[in-house]
Amino acid sequence: MKNSNRTNLGLIDYTTEINFQFDGIAYKGFQGDTLASALMANGVKLIGRSFKYHRPRGILTSGSHEPNALVELVYDNTTEPNTKATTIELFEGLIARSQNCWPSLKYDFMSINDKFSNLLSAGFYYKTFMWPSSFWEKLYEPLIRKAAGLGKLSTVDDPKSSEKGFLHCDLLVIGSGPSGLISAYIAGLSGAKVILVEEDYIFGGNLNNEIISISKLSSHNWINFIITELKKLPNVRLMLRSCAIGMFDHGVFGIIEKFNKSLETKISQVFWKVTSKKAMLCTGALERIIPFSNNDRPGIMLSGSIRSYLNRWGVIPSNKVAIFTNNDDAYITAKNLISYGVNVVAVIDTRENPNITDPNIKVYKGSQVINSKGKLALKGINVLSNDGKVFYLECNTLGVSGGWNPNVQLSCHTGVKPEWQNDILAFIPGKNNISTHLKAVGAANGNFTLDSCMIASETAVLAILKELKIKVKNYKMPDIESETYNIQPFWYVEHGNQRKWIDFQNDVTVKDIELAYKENFRSVEHLKRYTTLGMGTDQGKTSNVTGLAILANLSNKTIPEVGTTIFRPPYVPVSLDAFVGSSKAKYFKPIRLTPTHEWAEKNHASFVETGLWLRAEWYTKENEKDWRQSVDREVNSVRNSVGFCDVSTLGKIDIQGKDSQEFINKIYCNGFSKLAIGKVRYGLMLREDGLVMDDGTTARMSDNHFIMTTTTVNAESVYRHLEFCHQCLWPEMDVQLISTTDAWSQIAIAGPNSRKVISKIIDPQFDVSNENFPFMACKEISICGGFRARLFRISFSGELAYEISIPSQYASSLVSYLMEVGKEENIAPYGTEALGVMRIEKGHAAGPELNGTVTALNLNMGKMVSLTKDSIGMILSKRIGLNLEDGPRLVGLKPIKPENQIISGSYIFNLKDKLNAENDLGYVTSSCYSPTLNSYIALGFLKDGNNRYGDKIKVSNPLLNKEVFAKVCNPIFVDPNGDRLRG
Amino acid sequence: MIIEHPILGPRDIHEFIYVGDASLINRPNWNDDDAGSKFYEYLYLRKNIAGIHKELWFHQQGDRSWLVVSRNTKTHEIVKVDLVTKVSKELET
Repeated sequence: MKNSNRTNLGLIDYTTEINFQFDGIAYKGFQGDTLASALMANGVKLIGRSFKYHRPRGILTSGSHEPNALVELVYDNTTEPNTKATTIELFEGLIARSQNCWPSLKYDFMSINDKFSNLLSAGFYYKTFMWPSSFWEKLYEPLIRKAAGLGKLSTVDDPKSSEKGFLHCDLLVIGSGPSGLISAYIAGLSGAKVILVEEDYIFGGNLNNEIISISKLSSHNWINFIITELKKLPNVRLMLRSCAIGMFDHGVFGIIEKFNKSLETKISQVFWKVTSKKAMLCTGALERIIPFSNNDRPGIMLSGSIRSYLNRWGVIPSNKVAIFTNNDDAYITAKNLISYGVNVVAVIDTRENPNITDPNIKVYKGSQVINSKGKLALKGINVLSNDGKVFYLECNTLGVSGGWNPNVQLSCHTGVKPEWQNDILAFIPGKNNISTHLKAVGAANGNFTLDSCMIASETAVLAILKELKIKVKNYKMPDIESETYNIQPFWYVEHGNQRKWIDFQNDVTVKDIELAYKENFRSVEHLKRYTTLGMGTDQGKTSNVTGLAILANLSNKTIPEVGTTIFRPPYVPVSLDAFVGSSKAKYFKPIRLTPTHEWAEKNHASFVETGLWLRAEWYTKENEKDWRQSVDREVNSVRNSVGFCDVSTLGKIDIQGKDSQEFINKIYCNGFSKLAIGKVRYGLMLREDGLVMDDGTTARMSDNHFIMTTTTVNAESVYRHLEFCHQCLWPEMDVQLISTTDAWSQIAIAGPNSRKVISKIIDPQFDVSNENFPFMACKEISICGGFRARLFRISFSGELAYEISIPSQYASSLVSYLMEVGKEENIAPYGTEALGVMRIEKGHAAGPELNGTVTALNLNMGKMVSLTKDSIGMILSKRIGLNLEDGPRLVGLKPIKPENQIISGSYIFNLKDKLNAENDLGYVTSSCYSPTLNSYIALGFLKDGNNRYGDKIKVSNPLLNKEVFAKVCNPIFVDPNGDRLRG
Repeated sequence: MIIEHPILGPRDIHEFIYVGDASLINRPNWNDDDAGSKFYEYLYLRKNIAGIHKELWFHQQGDRSWLVVSRNTKTHEIVKVDLVTKVSKELET
């Protein structure tokens, strides 16, 4: 089947038919079509309804600047709204639906808005839905949401996902029109690493729309020649369907590469971050409209777009075409149409003396189109001729050309404002030393003729190669006939008082601009927001400059005086999924597993996220129905016999070098200069501002070898801090640091029977008796017949306890073995909950206490800060405000009724005080149920806490409406003298 | 952004962590009489430079070196990158 209005020429493969549907009707197109060209070839003129007035709309453009022809694509059980029919590559089985109309595109109920357009003027929402404010959420917003808006989001998960990628190059060429191709060609031949990105699905840009000869080749054959040459070069990467959406500092560009929807890939798009040494903006120019009464009727198009459909897609829009212009370019459209035998009824040129001599074209000089006729499609136009007479011309298509706007957007993303160039009546990229990275050439820089565009590109790319110190290899410039381009200012038709559209997508008319101006919106930024000019998905690519010109006209200013709004990324709409990439669900962030993770899974552990780690929180035994049962059992087994816990997540830093001891002595606020070999010490680390950063232990394994542990969450930041202190503060010190958190696994074995169990696994030559291996001892040992290990006698639980460190690959075998050898003692693994309960029972500060706002003094460790040596934070820890006599102190809290749970985060008040900020005495940091004391207990910071042991206070949580009476006590609930851990 | 690492060559910004003003390497002497006010100035007072600003970056996902990066705050151009260990402590304060 052939479509009747095809030329049978152009870049279409007429041998490959493609079936598709639009609004439930089946059509046929061909390989190479867009949805828009295929619909046009099938005679479909009405594509959608406008945003506000629900006006019938057709295709205006032939690219990503399309404001009208937005459709919803249906595929894979999901829908994609607001896709531009002008950019969708036709594929077999494509299903598209029109948007913003009900019950159907032809009979749209909301088109009644059009009859009440006087009520829907600029600022309508601001003016109408002001009061009463309570109506906004309940009534106005749902109503507006229902009536307005474009397509609807599918609530189904997208079956395809996005990816991210990184690329680097010497030269990024954005756009593959004539300037992009010649630039990539010269740079590529010279050996530069070039990336050429093209938004379209074929290379060539605007050359695809023209019938011209380049070096005696047709434009299409010349494109093929250059692309074939570029494909031979391994240093050139050619990227189709790839749109540069933003330019950022240091030559970084965001590129969205979309895959052809018909491909059976799991990925729909890739968000490339391209880092370039230099970039060239070869994005060409986009045509603008001329507003006149009812200029939005289906059939009224941009003149250049008619040429694209004709020459590239072989589609004749209709057999009666008129052209309305203020410049020379539109005559090329007329000539091309005539060459295909299309009846060009007239060219209406606003200029009095256009320099055009073509006997085949009927030109009305100094004339204007002042109105259009037709309902769902154009039937004719009213023309005001230069003698003041109005006459009617029948036509089914009107091509409009108000001039061309260079595609400057990317050049503005780093803050450079575009500059007005009067001979082409358009903005070109600004010249500013902030942005020496990006060079605009060709039509993007205002060179609208092919010859000037080629010459400018050559000059620019040679300068860039010189700067990159790349030697230019032989190349040949194409032969092109010289052309001229003339335009005279004509921004809108003043005649007539019906609505004249500027922004088709947001239904902004000349009247709206006039009204906004009358209401004193004089800045372009205000005008934009008040009228919504240029705020649609097309971002005003066809409308912005026209809107500015009208504002300039109203305010008797020049356009450069009025200025432009700021262009921001992205250049085209980008789905959020592109920015997310694969970083979602379980891939949202990396997950770190402990060396015993699999073993814990097999032993019915439940897991908790601590930072990136997944740690076992408790192990559920048969018959245990509630997590508390498991945790209480685990605590009891440690307190009464023995248990073990994987504490590998604690940060471990290996410190070596002859100045290690002196270095550590400067890192911790407490003294470390006298730590003996084979001993471990608790260390408290301050920030330079005197507040506590972290705590842990450091063991001296040999003369110049120390092992520092940190809390799990601060493992990275403490390591970074140590490197800072070493490299930035004391580079002269002989110290070497390395994180061994992942390399060494650490298992805590705790409880009165822990020595018994340890003795069964360590090799017989090592003695762990209390006498020879007392509390805070450490040693390099071997276990299980020669396996290297480190043993530390440290305790977090308050019981007799050891921590054994082994290379990580043996951790899982070790815990299995511990279960075996500890059977007699009823050994049990315990998780982070039991660990937490026991440290609260012992009053050990942990994450909730070391919250970045507390001092050593607050933790009752004020005396640990040595004032006789230099250490990080010592000087500023002496500040008066941090040393108040009655400042907050860590205390224990015990509810009067043991069964009353104290909630972390609750505030502490005196019994009779009202709950307000003035009476606030402190807050609860940690709380748990203590199976040892058979009571809930808690830790917290209380004003003057050390002097309040025994006092009754109330712990309030107004958020949960809970209040508990409690008694203040020593934070060490269990074994305050430490007899157990020394035993 | 790319940081030209003095040893490793051009590296992507994702590998680095920004920490702050490079004047942090000029830690006062704890033994000075007015150490308190010197440390206060050292820690809290910064110049807000429009132009070349020296700052500390840490190559966390790399060789773990601390770098002094000289960056133009008006253009974000990086004009110089040094290993902190090689930088003299006599920075302008």
